Amino acid sequence: MEESLTLKKLRERFPASIIDTHSFRGDDTAVIKRVDVVDICRFLKESPDLSYNFLMDLTAVDYLQMGNSPKEGRFEVVYHLYSLKYNHRVRIKSPLTEADPTIDSLTPLWAVANWLERECWDMFGIRFDGHPDLKRILLYEQFEGHPLRKDYPLTGRQPLIGPKN
Amino acid sequence: MEKTATLARELNIREMTLHMGPSHPAMHGTVRMFLELDGETVVSSDVEIGYLHRGFEKTCENRTYHQAIIYTDRLNYVSPLINNFGYAMAVEKLFGVDVPERCKYIRVIMSEISRITDHLTNVGASAMELGAITAFLYMIKAREVLWRLIEEVAGGRGVTPSYVRIGGVKDDLPEGFQGRALEAFKVTREVLQEIHGLLTKNRIFVDRTKGVGAITADEAMSYGFTGPCLRSTGVAYDVRKAQPYMVYDKMNFEVPVGTNGDNYDRYLVRMEEIQQSMRICEQALFSMPPGPIKIDDPRITFPSKEDVYGKMESLINHFKLFMNGHGITPPKGEVYQAVEGANGELGFYVVSDGSGRPYRLRCRPPCFMIMSGVSRLVNGGMVADIVPTFGSVNMIGGECDR
Amino acid sequence: MAIESALGESVVLTRTDKVLGWARKYSLFLYPFVTACCGMEYMAAAASHYDIDRFGAGLPRFSPRQADVLFVVGTISHKQAPILKRVWEQMCEPKWVVAFGGCTCSGGPYDNYATVQGIDTIVPVDVYIPGCPPRPETVLDGIMKLQEKIQSQKQEL
Repeated sequence: MEESLTLKKLRERFPASIIDTHSFRGDDTAVIKRVDVVDICRFLKESPDLSYNFLMDLTAVDYLQMGNSPKEGRFEVVYHLYSLKYNHRVRIKSPLTEADPTIDSLTPLWAVANWLERECWDMFGIRFDGHPDLKRILLYEQFEGHPLRKDYPLTGRQPLIGPKN
Repeated sequence: MEKTATLARELNIREMTLHMGPSHPAMHGTVRMFLELDGETVVSSDVEIGYLHRGFEKTCENRTYHQAIIYTDRLNYVSPLINNFGYAMAVEKLFGVDVPERCKYIRVIMSEISRITDHLTNVGASAMELGAITAFLYMIKAREVLWRLIEEVAGGRGVTPSYVRIGGVKDDLPEGFQGRALEAFKVTREVLQEIHGLLTKNRIFVDRTKGVGAITADEAMSYGFTGPCLRSTGVAYDVRKAQPYMVYDKMNFEVPVGTNGDNYDRYLVRMEEIQQSMRICEQALFSMPPGPIKIDDPRITFPSKEDVYGKMESLINHFKLFMNGHGITPPKGEVYQAVEGANGELGFYVVSDGSGRPYRLRCRPPCFMIMSGVSRLVNGGMVADIVPTFGSVNMIGGECDR
Repeated sequence: MAIESALGESVVLTRTDKVLGWARKYSLFLYPFVTACCGMEYMAAAASHYDIDRFGAGLPRFSPRQADVLFVVGTISHKQAPILKRVWEQMCEPKWVVAFGGCTCSGGPYDNYATVQGIDTIVPVDVYIPGCPPRPETVLDGIMKLQEKIQSQKQEL
C-alpha cells in the first residue's frame, strides 16, 4: 500500500526522529522520538499542505503486560491529530521509559493539551515538561499511585472517608 | 485606573472567592467551580471535574469485549446508543469486518433517536435553569415518547439500552415500528413548535443567552470543541459528513451552523439538529432494505436467543463465546474510530493484544474538551451567566469524568 | 368509643404521633443529590408523565437545611463521598436517606478503585431503590415504602 502524504512528509522532514510508520486498518501512525514531539506537532499543525489543526485526543498506553520491558519503553504517549481542511487523521506515538516518563508539553500549540496532559499525569504518572499546572484532575490529591498503570490493582481503593471495603 | 486601585486599597476591597458546586442545582452535581469575583463579575475561574470518575477505562480492560458494552451505555447516559455503536464500530474495525446493510440502517435510526433525546434533555434542562419549567416539562414529554420507542426495540428505557452486539444489533426492529416512530416524531415536532413559541423570541431567554458565553471559531478549535458547541461558532464540522460511517453518506441532511458561538446559537443549533435527525430517521425508515442484522460469523457474533434455545449448534457457539477464556478475540493492533456523538466527536481508541479482553480502551469524551474551555467562556461575564453557559455546553458527568 | 359515638362525625380522634406521621409523609421535601445516569430517570419521575407530586414529594429543595429526604441519585465516587457526608450532616432532624439506583445500593457494576461500594458505608440509608437505573414505577414504589416507614416510626417532636 502506498504511504500517505502525511507520513511521507514526516519522513522527509524528520528522517532522524521517526522510529517507524505504519497504517493499520487505514489509521496512519508514526512512532517518533520524544525529544522532537513539539517540533513535529508544530510542523503538522502549521505546514499549509497538512494543517492538522485539531488535537483530538491525547492519551497513553502502558505496555507492561504486552512484553515491553521497562527499559525499552514501557509507556507510549498517543496523540490523535485531525485536519479540518484536508479531512485527514494521523496518530503520533512516542515511547517513554519507566525510569524517566517525561515528554514535552503541547500546551503552547493547543489549549486543550492542558487538561489532557493533566489527565495523563493523573492516570499514568507521565510528566509533561513545560506544563503550567500539572496536577491531578479526575482523582483527588490524597490518592497515591496512578490507576491506569497495569501494576495498579483494579480494586485498589483509597477512600477519603468510610471503610476500604 | 491608578486612582481606582488606590481607592480599592483604602477601602480594603478584595476579590471574593466563591465555590460553586459540587452540589449545586445547576452544576448537575458533579462539578466544582472556584470563582474569583469582583462584585458580580467573574475575574477568573477554575473548574474542577472528576467527581464522577468511576474507572471506566480500567474496568473495561478487565472485562471481555462484550462485557464492556454495558459500561459504554453509562458514558453519555443521555444518548447511550451512540456510545454503543461507536464502541462496536471500533471493535469491528479492529476485526476488519463490515456489518450488513440493514444493521447499518437500524444503527442510524437508533443513533438519531438517541441524539434527539439528548438535545431535548439538554435544551429542556438548561431552559429550566433559567426559570422556564414549562419548556422542561414539554420536552420531557417528547422524550418519554421517544424512550418508549427505544424500549420497544432494545428492551431498556432510554438510559441503558445496551442494544448493540459486536457485529450487529440485538434484534430486528419490532413489527409496526415504522408507524409508531412516525407518530412519535409527530409529537416531537409539535413539542418543538411549542418550544419555539416559548423560548426563541422570549425576551428573558434571549437576554440571558444572546452574547453570553461566546467564543470564536479559532479558540474553539484550540480547545478541541466539536459538535454543537463548535458548529455554533460557524465551523461546519460533523463526523457524519466529514467521514461518513454507517449509511450517513446516503442520507440527505444539513449541518446547521451558528455565527456567534454564544449560548443562543448553541440553543438554535441544537433545535435545528433535532429536526435534521428526524429527517434522517424518516429517510432511513423508508429506504431500509430487508436482510440479516448481524454478521454471519460465529466467532464474532452471538447466535440469536431463539436459535440458542432451539438449535444444538447455536447453543455450542453461545457456550463457547461466553465461557471463560473463550469469547471473541480480535487480532493484535490498534484502531481509532470516531462517531458523531450528541456533544461532538466521540472516539474510541482500542488496543488489542490478541486476547479476549481489550488491552487498552480509551474513550475520547467530547465533554472533557468542552469543559476545559468553560473557564474561558465564563471569565469576564457575570456570575449569574455561569448557569446558562454551563447548561448550554451540555456537560455529562459520566462522559467527562468516565 | 363512647365519646366518639356521642360526638358523632363532627370530630375525629387520633394520636399526635399518627397525625405527625401523616403530615410528614405527605410533605416530603427532597434534596436530589444527582450525580449520574440515574438523574435521567429521576427527571422522568419528577416530570409530568410520572408526576412524583402525587405523593407529596414534588418540590425539590436544593438547600440541605430545607430538606427532609436526601435522595442520593447516582454513583458516589470516593472523591464525592466527603461531600455527601457533609450534606447529610447539614440536614435537620427528622431526616431520611433514599439510595436511588444500583450504584448507591452496592456500587453496581463499578467494582473498582474509584467507586464507593454502597453509600450505607457513609450515611445511614432508609430505603433502597434497586435498578440500573430504576424505572420511574420503582421510584414511586420506593417513595411509598418510605411513606409507610415514616408513618409507622416514632415521631420526634
